[in-house]
Amino acid sequence: MSASTNTEPMLSADGKPLKQSLARALRRQKIRALLLIAPLLAFIFIAFILPIISMLFRSVENDIVATTLPQTVAALQTWDSSTGELPDEPVYAAFASDIQKAAKAKIHTKVGLRLNYEQSGIASLFKKTARKAKKWDMEADGPFKEKLIDIHKGWSNVETWQTLKVHSSNYTSGYFLNAIDMHKTASGPEFQPENKQILLTLFGRTLIMSLAIMGSCLLLGYPVAWLLANLPMRHANLLMILVLLPFWTSLLVRTSAWKVMLQQQGVINDVLVNLGLVADSARLVMINNETGTIVAMTHILLPFMILPMYSVMQTIPPSYLRAAKSLGATNTTAFWRVYFPQSVPGIGAGSILVFILAIGYYITPEIVGGTKGVFISNRIAYHILRSLNWGLAAALGTILLVAVLILYWAYDKMVGIDNVKLGG
Amino acid sequence: MAKDTAGDAFVQFDRVQKSYDGETLVVKDLNLEMPRGEFLTMLGPSGSGKTTCLMMLAGFETATHGDILLDGVSINNIPPHKRGIGMVFQNYALFPHMTIAENLSFPLEVRKMGKSDREEKVKRALDMVEMGAFGGRRPAQLSGGQQQRIALARALVFEPELVLMDEPLGALDKQLREKMQFEITDLAHRLGITVVYVTHDQTEALTMSDRVAVFDDGRIQQLAKPDQLYEEPENSFVAQFIGENNTMEGIVKEIKDGLAMVELDGGEVIACKPVNVSKPGDRTRVSIRPERVEYNKDRIHDNAQKLKAEVLEFIYMGDIFRTRLRVAGNDEFIVKTRNAPDQMRLKPGEQIEIGWLPEDCRALDA
Ligand SMILES: Nc1ncnc2c1ncn2[C@@H]1O[C@H](COP(=O)(O)OP(=O)(O)OP(=O)(O)O)[C@@H](O)[C@H]1O
Ligand SMILES: [Mg+2]
Repeated sequence: MSASTNTEPMLSADGKPLKQSLARALRRQKIRALLLIAPLLAFIFIAFILPIISMLFRSVENDIVATTLPQTVAALQTWDSSTGELPDEPVYAAFASDIQKAAKAKIHTKVGLRLNYEQSGIASLFKKTARKAKKWDMEADGPFKEKLIDIHKGWSNVETWQTLKVHSSNYTSGYFLNAIDMHKTASGPEFQPENKQILLTLFGRTLIMSLAIMGSCLLLGYPVAWLLANLPMRHANLLMILVLLPFWTSLLVRTSAWKVMLQQQGVINDVLVNLGLVADSARLVMINNETGTIVAMTHILLPFMILPMYSVMQTIPPSYLRAAKSLGATNTTAFWRVYFPQSVPGIGAGSILVFILAIGYYITPEIVGGTKGVFISNRIAYHILRSLNWGLAAALGTILLVAVLILYWAYDKMVGIDNVKLGG
Repeated sequence: MAKDTAGDAFVQFDRVQKSYDGETLVVKDLNLEMPRGEFLTMLGPSGSGKTTCLMMLAGFETATHGDILLDGVSINNIPPHKRGIGMVFQNYALFPHMTIAENLSFPLEVRKMGKSDREEKVKRALDMVEMGAFGGRRPAQLSGGQQQRIALARALVFEPELVLMDEPLGALDKQLREKMQFEITDLAHRLGITVVYVTHDQTEALTMSDRVAVFDDGRIQQLAKPDQLYEEPENSFVAQFIGENNTMEGIVKEIKDGLAMVELDGGEVIACKPVNVSKPGDRTRVSIRPERVEYNKDRIHDNAQKLKAEVLEFIYMGDIFRTRLRVAGNDEFIVKTRNAPDQMRLKPGEQIEIGWLPEDCRALDA
């Protein structure tokens, strides 16, 4: 750069470092600006940041076992779970006392449900035991080891006690392990049995399909954005309306319309069969699988790709292309060497937008995705609404969030985030 | 008609017309011939079709009718990138994502020139515009004048014989503009290139050009050397457009001995040089430059055309005096006189006599 790079800091008129004076002069301006956006910040904090923090917390929180069965947890401390032998009478007695209290307080089902995520069957075991335990006299009715095993042979199973011990700490990595198809056992984390491994596949599929959707949006959107930016005003306005039209239609209507279009007895298959391109017996399967999701989501997310690209292209004066041609470049060279590089910020903005929207999309894959075309978000919704395993849902959501942040960071490293422009 | 002159003209417009919308002609019947090495300026008011002509020459617009020839060959069907014409755009159009050196080497790269040749030429071009140290910068890191020079260097680096410039100095301040005017003409003459230069600054046109084409309403109103254009305007548009001018309207009484006697609307009869009046009865607008009028008795020539005048305003401008007079009913008659020791200084309300040589007063179209 310039030769006058001085190591001494610049001083302002009163002898203070120039940087300090400048910072002071700008401070008031900054405070005023901050006050203006304070309501928004407060809203975002309450409605967005706090829920995210609570979700992050939920994914590791696990105090239910420790608070509901405190004596059992204490007694299990001395039991070595790796020997394969059942614990001794004190542990059984402590459990009997805990479960009786829990049953009276009617909170035994909750802990049963929690442990059921880890080992199926525990919920019913707890229910049955609690019903009997309510009538016991803790002083007289011992010893409880045989009594409990009498009620349910689950109490003679070492695994039950192992599960109890493993999940007795206040915080757990269990949900995160579950989220990547592993589970906690007495001998450390292990992969789930083959038939229960679905989440990693789902993560992978979500990533790949989001990339595919982003790619097809880019391919379809770039020429449209170019036309929008370069057509005469009258035609460009019409085209813009066509681009925005999907926004004015309900998401559900649009997605359902794709069902009509793509299904085996649908419009596209009928046309292909009538044209003789496809045999009637071999109608294409384009819905309830990956194809359906990609087609419908490309359509739905296309405007989010087109608009940022358009607003960037609009700022590229046509004189650049003319200059390139006058310098001897063919149309193709002029495009790739001069126009395209200047439109990259728009591509970056559109791609990030579409990718991030796609990776968390829920409704469309739910409707047109079938079983093969669903995303991780559908699984999250399942755990929140059906299985009520919020901890796992939170862990899945956290992983998704971190994945997006990592990708964003990688993009920043590779392309530079200042190269993303939504306009101007 | 075009064929027999094609041999010596380097650039030739032959009855070129252009319409954008199919309803109005933006360029009407343009005929122009430029010899090799000429610096020609297109001067005219906004919307007169200057840029359109340049774009047709560069190949970005097609002529609706007529031929454009380059070195005797019609270029109507040659795409812009094969014409080999350098161009400097009004907003410079330096590629913002490339450094200065990359900008300059772009035209060489697309011509598939080797790397060492390219570097050599880029360096020479940068030195030519005295910007040798700036090769690594981006266009946004340069001042307007520096960008302008780079744009010039880029248009010249692939050694085109013809360079087009569309108001290249429009965005610069006055001082820088004057400096660049000199640099551009100097460079053009040194390299022997042919230049078509567009401006609507008449001083720029007069000082830089070998010839000036004054455009109005899609036509060339006059094509002449700067001094001719100023001293011998061929019609009242050119007379009004170039420099300051006093005009008075009247009717030709008679033409004899190379002089036209014109009766002004105020009743006075004056002698003028007939330019585009041909017979008694023609309506005319006579035009005379403010600096060709004298009011100092000692300086008025014996053969001068004399008229009575009343002083309305006397402005001291340092090097000159600018006096506004009422002459033959015209309140806007301006006289400029040099600030000499013996020059009179007038006061408003004074009655004086003014005079000018009949050949300085031109009877033009009404
Ligand atoms: N692309 C276009 N489409 C339609 N009309 C145009 C187009 N470009 C120019 N015109 C019209 O053609 C006429 C001449 O325009 P041109 O740009 O050649 O003027 P100019 O002499 O360069 O003016 P200026 O000094 O303002 O640059 C104008 O009336 C303008 O409105
Ligand atoms: Mg113009």
